[in-house]
Amino acid sequence: MRLLKHVAALSLLPLLLGVTAQAQSPTYGVGRAPTEVEVRAWDIAISPTGEELPVGSGTVDKGSELYLSKACAGCHGTTGSGGIAPRLVKDDVGPDVDPWRFGRVLPIRSPYATTVWDFINRAMPLGQEGTLTPDEVYSLTAYLLFLNDVIADGTVLDEKSLPLIEMPNRDNWAQVPDWFPRQPRLQGYPY
Amino acid sequence: MSSKQSDRREFLKRSVALASGLGLGAATQPVLGQLPGPEAHQHGTDEIVAYGKRSRFVTSVRIPHGGRHSPDTFGLDFHIAAPLQDSVGVITPSSLHYMGTTRGSFIPDIDPDKHHLMIHGMVDNPLVFTMADLKRMPSVTRLHFIECAGNRSSSRMTTVQETHGMTSCAEWTGVLLSTLLKEAGVHEGADWIVAEGVEEVKGASSLPMTKAMDDCLVCYAMNGEAVRPQQGFPLRLLVPGFEGIFNVKWLRRIKVVDQYYMTYNDYGHLTQDPANAALGYQIGPKSVITYPSGGQQLPGHGFYEVSGLAWSGGGAVSRVEVSTDGGRTWVDAEIRGTAHPMAHTRFTFQWNWDGTECELQSRCTDDVGQVQPSRAQVAEFWNIPAGQPFSVKGQDNSIQPWRVASDGSVHNAIA
Repeated sequence: MRLLKHVAALSLLPLLLGVTAQAQSPTYGVGRAPTEVEVRAWDIAISPTGEELPVGSGTVDKGSELYLSKACAGCHGTTGSGGIAPRLVKDDVGPDVDPWRFGRVLPIRSPYATTVWDFINRAMPLGQEGTLTPDEVYSLTAYLLFLNDVIADGTVLDEKSLPLIEMPNRDNWAQVPDWFPRQPRLQGYPY
Repeated sequence: MSSKQSDRREFLKRSVALASGLGLGAATQPVLGQLPGPEAHQHGTDEIVAYGKRSRFVTSVRIPHGGRHSPDTFGLDFHIAAPLQDSVGVITPSSLHYMGTTRGSFIPDIDPDKHHLMIHGMVDNPLVFTMADLKRMPSVTRLHFIECAGNRSSSRMTTVQETHGMTSCAEWTGVLLSTLLKEAGVHEGADWIVAEGVEEVKGASSLPMTKAMDDCLVCYAMNGEAVRPQQGFPLRLLVPGFEGIFNVKWLRRIKVVDQYYMTYNDYGHLTQDPANAALGYQIGPKSVITYPSGGQQLPGHGFYEVSGLAWSGGGAVSRVEVSTDGGRTWVDAEIRGTAHPMAHTRFTFQWNWDGTECELQSRCTDDVGQVQPSRAQVAEFWNIPAGQPFSVKGQDNSIQPWRVASDGSVHNAIA
């Protein structure tokens, strides 16, 4: 009897500790579980910590070749500016400059290198989205970060090193505020 | 019925016909039995029988917005503004609903039988839904506006379509996102979702879990029929009151995560200014007079029903005031029908124009207490010196002034 009491107490322990060991069960039972292959194919949004990055690597040199061979230069300009598409390189004023001095130049203004990788991967080249291999995306990302003095020539980027890059704006941006229903959009602002 | 009664009825009918024919003949002498009708007719077509069409005399149309043509030379659609100057009531017809895309987009041509929505990430039960699955789930139908962050008036603009046409309101039907998230079982610490579309850019936005669980809708219908392709057919996310870009179209995936992802759409909101970050998220209280508005012409002095739209991303519109003297004095307008949360609300104001030059304005208050500001009030709040050009922080919800000249022409009065 005493033993049974002990067992019961032990089984309650996770609850007392606030651990929810049991999965929430569906109410309606509609829909099915995705396969691992399905999840991997669609799981393309890259977090700042980079856990979705595919295995691969690329270099500045390869990126500079791809920039021409994949026709990036045709829209963004041969030097990363002056084309019909958004500019990709800051004004040539050297390192340690305020990234907010330039317009919306993604590879210098973005707080995370993962955003650069993600956008090239999902949305480039225009009209041929989804055709770049992971290695090509690592190389193009490396080239654009090199052009903006973020990384040195010769840097090899891969799924481990990319999220570790210290972008100049890493901590230099305004976090979006916590959102709660039925609250004014900015405390103290009457409008 | 007996034959005797039937005869009597026939007799009475003839008598009436004869009498009315004689009466009319005496006045206008038409061919006996004919009434005046329309001058022209339209022969029925199978197409119009199947899916109706408006009159050829109704010519109200959308226009490209923001200085870039849609479609562009590649066939990409970018920003298209709704003709608010012709709007009545609060529903924007689906064909006239404004639209925007992340960077200009081809409109996906999706077979709904092959479309899926996947919910995965920090959940107990990752799920894939077909469209048929989603239509089995408990549904809701709600009125909501969507407004583009680029809906910003300036002195260079003439009409209300140019100044405010990047907002629209529809009746949306779908499943509450909270229903789907609860079905999947969200983990502790999962404070964000990333919602993603299937178009070639695969536009994705990060949203706080508090919003996802509050009132977001996964919509398959608008205005009583399937969501239109430009609006995300077969499935779109509706994020009531948030800037347009969060309302992910052609929705195929929701990932439950523990951090802000800084997607490309999120990066578009990037700012150094915490106030700008806060004000570029949930849309503020806003209104505009649609009649009379810029580019319109009043035929002369006398009575007019001034009419306009008011909305807020924070809740329902609780009050609209109108000024006819450039904001010096204000009078309550009438709110027409029920003011729904995060929905366009129609207001009207009975006005006798004396024929002298004047300036019309409207001002909205919402039920969380926010009040629509004038540009001068915004400048004062942020200590911007008078006369210095400035851009309203975040979403521009400032008051739109319309100047009515003594000749009845109506003009944008932003200095």
